[in-house]
Amino acid sequence: MSEPSKGSGPDRRRFLKGAAVAGAAPVLAASVPSQAQVAAPRHTPSALPPSIRTIAAETGDVHMPDNRIGGKPGSDFMVDVIKTLDIRYTPSNCASSFRALHESLINYGENKAPEFLSCMHEESGVGMAHGYFKITGKPLMTMVHGTVGLQHATMGIYNAFCDRVPVIIIGGNDMDAASRPPGVPTFHAAQDINAIVRDYTKWDDTPTSLQAFAQSMVRGYKIAMTPPYGPVAISLDAGLQQEPIGGHGSGLYIPKFNMPSAPSGEMGAVKEAARLLVNAENPVIVADRSARTAEGVGLLVQLAELLQASVIDQGNRMNFPNTHYLSRPAGAVASADVILGLELSDFWGTVNAYTDNGEHGIGVNSAKIKPTTKLISISAVELITKSNYQDFQRFQTVDVSMPADAQATLPALIEAVKSAMTSERRAQNDQRAEKAKKAFGDIRGREAAAAAVAWDASPISTARLCMELYGQIKNEDWSLVASEGNVSNWPNRLWKMEKHHHWLGRSGGYGVGYGAPASVGAALANRDLGRFSVSIQSDGDLMFAPGVLWTAAKHKIPLLAVMHNNRAWHQETMHVQRMASFRNRDSNYGTDAGPVGTMIQNPDIEYHKLAESMGWWAKGPIKDPALLGPAIKEAMAVVKSGQPALLNVWTQPR
Amino acid sequence: MKKITSIAASVAFLLLGASAASAGDAQKGSQTFREKGCWQCHGFEGQGGSAGPRLANTQLPEDGLIAFVHGTNGPMPPFSEKLVSDAQLSDIYAYLQSRPKPADAKTIPLLQP
Ligand code: HEC
Ligand SMILES: Cc1ncc(C[n+]2csc(CCOP(=O)(O)OP(=O)(O)O)c2C)c(N)n1
Ligand SMILES: [Mg+2]
Repeated sequence: MSEPSKGSGPDRRRFLKGAAVAGAAPVLAASVPSQAQVAAPRHTPSALPPSIRTIAAETGDVHMPDNRIGGKPGSDFMVDVIKTLDIRYTPSNCASSFRALHESLINYGENKAPEFLSCMHEESGVGMAHGYFKITGKPLMTMVHGTVGLQHATMGIYNAFCDRVPVIIIGGNDMDAASRPPGVPTFHAAQDINAIVRDYTKWDDTPTSLQAFAQSMVRGYKIAMTPPYGPVAISLDAGLQQEPIGGHGSGLYIPKFNMPSAPSGEMGAVKEAARLLVNAENPVIVADRSARTAEGVGLLVQLAELLQASVIDQGNRMNFPNTHYLSRPAGAVASADVILGLELSDFWGTVNAYTDNGEHGIGVNSAKIKPTTKLISISAVELITKSNYQDFQRFQTVDVSMPADAQATLPALIEAVKSAMTSERRAQNDQRAEKAKKAFGDIRGREAAAAAVAWDASPISTARLCMELYGQIKNEDWSLVASEGNVSNWPNRLWKMEKHHHWLGRSGGYGVGYGAPASVGAALANRDLGRFSVSIQSDGDLMFAPGVLWTAAKHKIPLLAVMHNNRAWHQETMHVQRMASFRNRDSNYGTDAGPVGTMIQNPDIEYHKLAESMGWWAKGPIKDPALLGPAIKEAMAVVKSGQPALLNVWTQPR
Repeated sequence: MKKITSIAASVAFLLLGASAASAGDAQKGSQTFREKGCWQCHGFEGQGGSAGPRLANTQLPEDGLIAFVHGTNGPMPPFSEKLVSDAQLSDIYAYLQSRPKPADAKTIPLLQP
């Protein structure tokens, strides 16, 4: 929808409509035959329609515009707005519904902040923005084409929503049904296009004037950047982008963006939580997306040490150093008398078990904690609960509930704990610390022993894969930007994860296909910060949209992708096997080594060739564990020279 | 509901006497371990991982393993005798016992803290 043009330039739609009919010939509505939708031309025009210059000359308009459209295009103003938000990149797949904005970005905006990054799939653009944010804390904008582009982007948007990551999605749409081009652009247009993603965006808008766009963009950015973070979608009408700003242009303004603060817990609840924690004999802290930034890690260490509380890091962010003596695996909830959950995506699942082995094909629920255990929750996600998609998980009753941002609440909670602490309790905590240090050493010893089993196996064990990799990168300023598929959690078990950027967490919505684009986006961010990015890349994840490999090569994004190529969608292999066992049937393997429909073999995909064809340095398939270390070394030298590198490693299933 | 947990099974049988050498055929066991899907959750070498515990060089006695596989109703789906016979499980047992003993983690440089 476009504003009526009040300026001197001709209105695009009226002008084009007229030209399409018969130059400047009038349309005789009364003479249109009943079947015809548009009046037929009376005669073929003998000359081209008048140009803007001719019109200006004939009408005596002295303010002759320097372009065909008659003034500064609306999309130039859009670029002015976008530039105030310091959005560095726009990973996008090109399309006519935002061609005007595209042109303004690269020419008027000089393709800087944002710089256009060419993507092969809209899901890749969103995934890149997702990964980029987790390193920088700054959102990117991705442009998507009408109905079809937004449809392609949806799973990535859902992942970002579930992972509480802001992404600015700009959609193109041509709203005026009477004047938009018929055919393809009309297939790609919708009445309420953002309805596609409304259930899993924090906010969306369809501004119908340039001034409304300015407000919408700054508002959208602010909403996306207010914890809990999340994606927002803004749909831009093609006419609004393409038409000149018009006479009211001089009155346009750009609202200033100021960073909002995060919502923190109410003081009464904070004090009650502190009282419970200080009085607990065995307090346990469980963190999932607690540390939004590096500062969040430090705050959690401070709180844990004050309380001498065990910390379970569920790993959707790097919340707590796994080298800290208070770090514990998930089972530590069993002995807790008070549990503090920080931004848990699933509190129910934290304190309950679900065993997928019921008598009648339905799983069995059981408690993992004592019935008397007190539960405290700090989670901002409760502030944006929606209805349709079930990312809020099962309902869990808690004793103290704070719908607030965990990281923003921790300083107050730390102070409250200090106030509630007695000297007697402090002395007891010192004793707890000694025991905790001893127990921690034992845990790490057991993990190393488990990693040694099948150390020399071929295909290569996931423990060997991860430790060969760690052995090579540990002296770099490394960042494990994604670990897709399942490598039995070895990096979190045995790598020294101490910095926030050492681990970025998972996809959020468990939509497979996140890993490849998110690792490229995060590697882009790390490139700008001078860090070394590595990903553990599974086969199934890569093949949803492998075109992002080309994007990495094209834009010189250094990333070491080491494949966990178990030649299967292995998670599903096990699901089908489980069903077969329940039903007392042998599993049909067809011609493969596992159940039909779950294996990626016959033929084996030559990922090294796939990557090479898109500009990566690559090697494989590596099946002998003795060859893995040297190959990683070689690949690292390439990555340090600025080129992405991939190793196709054949691995054990898990 | 018959409940046989891995720990209960192993403790019970360990009390009756330590595992004896299996009469099974390790070669055949390797094949059956693959055909029946055990590898999916326990790894080709029975090394274990996030989906199932280590079975290689298991401390369970052979009877304990057989009883567990047929009767478990915990996180592992049970495999009836129709799916994997006692004789096949004896072969699997032999295969698992034939896996090389892992080196002491302290002697593997990459596993040092
Ligand atoms: C779908 C995954 C899956 C498959 C397939 C599977 N297992 Fe298991 N297995 C498990 C899990 C999970 C456990 C742990 C069970 C528990 O703690 O009760 C387990 C435990 C066991 C144990 C007990 C180990 C111990 O020390 O306590 C044995 C023995 C075993 N499995 C043998 C087998 C055999 C033999 C096969 C193939 C016929 C098989 N499993 C197939 C998942 C699986
Ligand atoms: C978009 C999407 N499709 C299908 C699934 C179901 N699914 C869950 S895990 C998985 C297999 C993924 O394969 P891979 O990335 O190779 O990991 P692996 O399980 O083999 O380690 C699939 C298909 C999903 N979660 N998301
Ligand atoms: Mg796989």
